[in-house]
Amino acid sequence: MDAALELRGITKRFGRIVANDGVDFDLRAGEVHALLGENGAGKSTLMSILYGLYHPDEGEVIVRGEPVRIDSPRRAIDLGIGMVHQHFMLIPVMTVAENIVLADEPRSAGGLLDVHAADAKVRALSERFGLAVNPDAVIEDVSVGQQQRVEILKSLYRDAQILVLDEPTAVLTAQETQDLFKVLRALRDDGKAIVFISHKLGEVLEIADRVTVLRRGKRIDTVPAEGATEASLARLMVGRDVLLRVDKAPPHPREPILEVRDLHVRDDRDLPAVQGVDLTVHAGEIVAVAGVDGNGQSELIEAVTGLRPVEQGEIVVEGRDRTGAGARDMVVAGISHIAEDRHRRGLVLNFNLAENFALREYRTRKYSRHGWLSTRRMVAAARSLIREFDVRGGEPETLAAALSGGNQQKCVIAREIACNPRVLVAAQPTRGLDVGAIEFVHRRLVAERDAGRGILLMSLESEEVRSLADRILVIYEGRIVGEFPPDATEEELGIAMTGGGRREAA
Amino acid sequence: MSAVDEPLAGGALGEPGPEGGGQTSAARLAAYVQGGGVIVPLLTVVLAFLAGGLVILVTGHNPISTYKAIFNGTGLNWLLPWTSSADRPAAALNLQQTLILTVPLILTGLAVAFAFRCGLFNIGGQGQYLMGSYAAVWAGSSFAGMAHFPHVIVAALAAAFVGALWAGIAGLLKATVGANEVISTIMLNYTAIYVGDYLFGLGGPLQNGAQRSVPVSNDIVPGAKLHVFWGDPELQGLHIGIFVALLALVVFWVVLNRSTTGYEVRAVGLNPEAARSSGMSVARNYLLVMAVCGFFAGLAGAMDVLGWQFRIATNDIDISQIGFYGIAVALLGRNTAVGTFFAALLFGGLLSGTSQRNLDPTIFEPELASNLTTIIQGLVVLFVSADVLVISILRSGRRLMPWRRSRS
Repeated sequence: MDAALELRGITKRFGRIVANDGVDFDLRAGEVHALLGENGAGKSTLMSILYGLYHPDEGEVIVRGEPVRIDSPRRAIDLGIGMVHQHFMLIPVMTVAENIVLADEPRSAGGLLDVHAADAKVRALSERFGLAVNPDAVIEDVSVGQQQRVEILKSLYRDAQILVLDEPTAVLTAQETQDLFKVLRALRDDGKAIVFISHKLGEVLEIADRVTVLRRGKRIDTVPAEGATEASLARLMVGRDVLLRVDKAPPHPREPILEVRDLHVRDDRDLPAVQGVDLTVHAGEIVAVAGVDGNGQSELIEAVTGLRPVEQGEIVVEGRDRTGAGARDMVVAGISHIAEDRHRRGLVLNFNLAENFALREYRTRKYSRHGWLSTRRMVAAARSLIREFDVRGGEPETLAAALSGGNQQKCVIAREIACNPRVLVAAQPTRGLDVGAIEFVHRRLVAERDAGRGILLMSLESEEVRSLADRILVIYEGRIVGEFPPDATEEELGIAMTGGGRREAA
Repeated sequence: MSAVDEPLAGGALGEPGPEGGGQTSAARLAAYVQGGGVIVPLLTVVLAFLAGGLVILVTGHNPISTYKAIFNGTGLNWLLPWTSSADRPAAALNLQQTLILTVPLILTGLAVAFAFRCGLFNIGGQGQYLMGSYAAVWAGSSFAGMAHFPHVIVAALAAAFVGALWAGIAGLLKATVGANEVISTIMLNYTAIYVGDYLFGLGGPLQNGAQRSVPVSNDIVPGAKLHVFWGDPELQGLHIGIFVALLALVVFWVVLNRSTTGYEVRAVGLNPEAARSSGMSVARNYLLVMAVCGFFAGLAGAMDVLGWQFRIATNDIDISQIGFYGIAVALLGRNTAVGTFFAALLFGGLLSGTSQRNLDPTIFEPELASNLTTIIQGLVVLFVSADVLVISILRSGRRLMPWRRSRS
């Protein structure tokens, strides 16, 4: 028997909520085992138990055949369990080598850090597994992909035989992801046991040997990756057939409702970010602005929603010039905004849901009279929005912080649609959401399009852009460099997004 | 395996809400703070008193009888049904003293609490209080022929508006150029002290006209004095300022929780970026909130001047601490209306209970006693900051284990 790790019948309750319900999980040496599930399915709780952050209410943890009690991360490390968190736990001002040996430093005579020994050990490790890093580089100077390698090396340095990676690809570019996969394969071939947490189906199929799917705290199935398809995994994950492609009728674009002409906008460092963008959104169509992050799309969205001053150019909504209008006036003009970062901008996390729903329209008669809020109306409106948008786990009095990411996003979308906009500006509306929630958001956006609103979509995921948009505008260095139909290939878009496309009239 | 002894590390990660809703001590703690719970502040006070008791013990006194004497010094024993009728008159006098001090503490506490709710730290309560009291003493000592009621109103409002203006300087600097309000309000505190030294010092424009050799203001005219409704006006009975303070607590709560203005203030305090995205003017809120804070603090100055001080001497200006106590009151009261009331009462009680006038000298030397107040006050602030610290450590602990958070 070559099970590196076995979890048997793990149950973990939080009050009335059962986060893990009799979960079995086994991990063999020399395999990559994906743990797949929607947000809140219990993946993180299960791994917290493995890493000694939680103690299970029932069940046992068996490492290499021995039942163990893991009551702290220290104990987990001693048992050869390593964890690479999604947000790295590195000290930015220290070097790669210093970070790797931290808390377990080689000492020279006199108790000082033996820098050379540390360097040598790091070099040996990085060569052995093909994890190229420069031990002397300072963490804050190296790329995110490099930092992730440092995290992996940190675990290997502590002799990890079991490596848990929590959504490791979320922060990586496509190329970095491929590099990571190479490393993971090398580790697997070396006999390490790897848990790969993700909700990206394509990646799971590519890297994993076996896949365990969790849904609502229960283990649904463990299947070999070979023979599984994205559709079959999505079904296991959500419990029903999921539309991975957006199902939509052809658009019926009508009159133009948002016209942006020769727009120039500066970024936070006062450098030109948007440099002469022209675009038009018609009622009843979804127009996507696609591009590599940092090419001016965020600034474009902020200008259109009244959050960033316009340096030059015009923003016309329903035929009226709204250039220079502030955020509130843009809402009045009929522009709603599903913000790129719902925690920073979309929600007040420590407000309850009723208060969050009122953020756009608290001054209107819908929620207040003569400057006094009507709690009764706020709660009533919240109840109906919660029902209509199927926000789970929340009452009007629940703090927004207590909801899962998908449900928080539903709240944002509910609020933005509730003010009955003409144009819905959706910036990365599915960022960080799981399959089920993505499907909900996509369907809703298409429904709003069909109801005659114009949708301006900004997304960094070309998959999303291609499946959702009726027209795709590629933005590169602050300019629209091409317009594509939704059936454009990934390659065509990719070339345009990196500045290689031929210029077309937008 | 057993279901007992949840590890503390897990507790550190517990979030309030439907999932983490109070299973672990740490999660409960965080939930209490967020929900304005009473356990943490009470614990803070108990700890401060225990530590203060140790200090008393070290000085060779009996902590229990000392605390009992302080309690009797506050006059709160007047409220107990078993207090003998022989003790009642003295207790009443003491309680009047306690409540007289509670009035400005409530108001300066609100001046800090309101700012906190908007994400601002108003250290300038003291300066705003002083500026308000200058305005009150000027208005109260002028207009001698005015009728009682309008005179009181004019003097109180003058004080409140001058306080608002003073705090508004810091608000304006914050709103326009982003100057840190902590620094600017501290600076304005010093400025206010020196303004007072100038106004009422020898040869100053508002120095007493009759006694040219004493650095003191004119006395306010009898018509501008607040009505004393409990006790002897000659012995500093309790003036109606207590109702003004209680009304201010109600206004604070209602505006914050029921008005669109208060809604904006809270939104800006919790997430300025989201507030801005919703079309709120963060700068305008900062300015408005600072002005309102100054209004409260200035009103506190008016209540003291019109209620029992009746004049200002420059050496009083230099030693006055009421505005600074307001910070401790707001911290301990968790920036809520009810919390501010009880915290103000506690500090009012401590100040009067350990004063030379109220404390029984056979139990504890009053000369030491006022230091005891300072010690207990210091301990309360220390423990309040400490639990804020503990909570922020717990939160950052959660940041360090981000995979425990919902994916977003």
